[in-house]
Amino acid sequence: MSQIHIKQGQIIDPVNKINRVGSVYIADGKIISVNEEPPGFKADQIINAQNKIVCPGFIDLSTRLREPGQSRKATFKSETVAAASAGVTTLCLQPDTSPVVDTPAVAELIKELAKKANFPQIYPIAALTRKLEGTELTSMLTLKQAGCIAVGNANQPVGNLLILRRALEYAASHDLLVMFRPNDYWLSNNGCAHEGAFATRYGLPSIPEAAETIALAQCLELVELTGCRVHFGQLSCKSSVIKIHQAKKYGLQVSADVAIHQLHLTENDIIPFDSNYHVLPPLRTDSDRQYLRQALASGTINSICSDHQPHDLDAKLGAFPETEPGVASLETLLPLMLKLVTEGVISLEQGIASLSGNPARVLGINSGALTVGFAADVCVFDALLAWQVNSDNWKSQGINTPFWGQTFKGRVTHTIQAGNLIHCLESPEV
Amino acid sequence: MSENIQLNSEGKLKHFLTIDGLPKSLLTEILDVAESFIGIGDHQIKKVPLLRGKTIVNLFFENSTRTRTTFELAANRLSADVLSMSISTSSTSKGESLLDTIRNLEAMFVDMFIVRHSISGAAHFIAQQTAPHISVINAGDGQHAHPTQAMLDMFTIRQIKKDFSPLRVAIIGDILHSRVARSQIQALNTLGVAEVRVIAPKTLLPAHVESLGVNVFHNLTAGLKDIDVVIMLRLQKERMTSALLPSESEYFKCFGLTEEKLKIAKPDAIVMHPGPINRGVEIDSKVADGPQSVILKQVSNGIAIRMAIMAMAMQKQGVM
Repeated sequence: MSQIHIKQGQIIDPVNKINRVGSVYIADGKIISVNEEPPGFKADQIINAQNKIVCPGFIDLSTRLREPGQSRKATFKSETVAAASAGVTTLCLQPDTSPVVDTPAVAELIKELAKKANFPQIYPIAALTRKLEGTELTSMLTLKQAGCIAVGNANQPVGNLLILRRALEYAASHDLLVMFRPNDYWLSNNGCAHEGAFATRYGLPSIPEAAETIALAQCLELVELTGCRVHFGQLSCKSSVIKIHQAKKYGLQVSADVAIHQLHLTENDIIPFDSNYHVLPPLRTDSDRQYLRQALASGTINSICSDHQPHDLDAKLGAFPETEPGVASLETLLPLMLKLVTEGVISLEQGIASLSGNPARVLGINSGALTVGFAADVCVFDALLAWQVNSDNWKSQGINTPFWGQTFKGRVTHTIQAGNLIHCLESPEV
Repeated sequence: MSENIQLNSEGKLKHFLTIDGLPKSLLTEILDVAESFIGIGDHQIKKVPLLRGKTIVNLFFENSTRTRTTFELAANRLSADVLSMSISTSSTSKGESLLDTIRNLEAMFVDMFIVRHSISGAAHFIAQQTAPHISVINAGDGQHAHPTQAMLDMFTIRQIKKDFSPLRVAIIGDILHSRVARSQIQALNTLGVAEVRVIAPKTLLPAHVESLGVNVFHNLTAGLKDIDVVIMLRLQKERMTSALLPSESEYFKCFGLTEEKLKIAKPDAIVMHPGPINRGVEIDSKVADGPQSVILKQVSNGIAIRMAIMAMAMQKQGVM
């Protein structure tokens, strides 16, 4: 394994409270120094990070790579290249694959696929209930031992609260983190857009905020009852933010993330019937977006996830309600985070923390920081380098993004995962 | 995709998908052109040669008798060749098959698609995907729009009331699920009526309905005061089974239009209904068949309006 010297970069490591120009030294897959050159260090590779930012590799709490089962949409091969080019070094995969991650065999298959793609830091989230049907518990402990990092029910609701209670109790018994996207099946009523002026104007089946907030409130009650550690994912509205804030103040062990597109887009941005804007939870109002942004700034929401959902063309080719929801979003993660910094919503340190140190804390892993002895997961990016979202630059197999054609500032030049250089931008293009 | 995919570079009609985003001048032009077609049904030869040699395909993914028939008649009277296809939605529940259907028909050198579909946005999708020379007319998509119905209603209103500006119009019933209501509201506001009201229980109104430019009433008696035009909407039976309403009888008691209730509106108010009507559910037979009802007039006007829209959408091909 090679020894890497990243020199003269602006090192930002929020966990270790570092923000200064300096060098990072990597050997044997680990960070060995973030200051002085260690005695006897001989670099095989030198990365000149002058005028660039050097930070911990990003950790994505919600990703879909579509394998097993949907390789027509994307593969580990295509999406790990996309992740590496986006500075992401750790991926948590939602369990709604085909088959569902509800047996150790599927979890092991995923680890195997990750190894084959030379991207070992892929962690499956195990299904909370068998086939995600919300009726029987999975063998969570066995799944944990097979490499699953948490348990969750992806987008599928656990409608029966007794079963949800027992699932949380059982997860708590084995100190498992539950990742929960709150969504009431009946209230969301097969909708595809926020219940507001846009859906009314275009006659689209709609989803009220209450579909999220009622499911969230119910789960929070069960967190108190069971003492389970729960992380709420992909929150979309104001009232959810208020509920999380109150729950934390009350002392519950909860955390939350938001999908990056929810921090930028609202129902007003939707180009009528453009299926690239079809996401779940739906894009909501400007007021919701403001609350989500404030929650990120205040720490009520501590992480940003990509909620990456690559699709094949056919999945998005149809009348809006018939198309499949989701955005291919790994590659726009960094530039959209930087846009929040430019717009004064958060500091650059906060933005980096929300993509590295904070999700690491949620998962309870020794990552997300440039701590000596940690696996060397490092992202080097040029915050000012402009690039266009187009087929020359895009790596994901899914081109389903509402940002297609747009030019962004901020591009990853080098990504190092456990000491391996997995991405190096050869010739920067504008 | 924006609404202006409906217009070509010269601002002329290319597709007719929704009223949303169309200027008042264009709506007025449609009404004027329809006016010129109104006598044709009385002639011995009920045809004009405007669309001779053109092929129009009626593509109905959802059942409809009235709309399909009037489109067929309108196309026939314009001398076009018409093919009507009823395609069960079950076999085309996927976007790919919808697209495949379109591609196959395109290959047969079609000039225009008339589309009805149960999903909102289907007509937009087809318009976006078809070859550039093909026009698409929306004959109703999901809960989104039914613009030709709205235009024939506007035509009927203008025929009787002449001027839109002083009119107060009430739309009563299932606004939530109604593509007709959405298109009517947009047309009435574009043509500049004094007021549009919607009257319905909260379960049958979409969120932020006032953002469409309407005043909201939950009480028929209060809502009908000073009204010039009463538009009733059809109440689907399945609204009862999905817990939106308790019973037909309670609905009729609250929102059914009877002679007595109609007296609250202006004495010269007209009563409209896009059909088919549910007698005794949303409207009393005495009102439906009464002197203030213009329901059958709407049906006959439907042919002239659809002729006008089809002819105008074919303008780019040298028609008119």
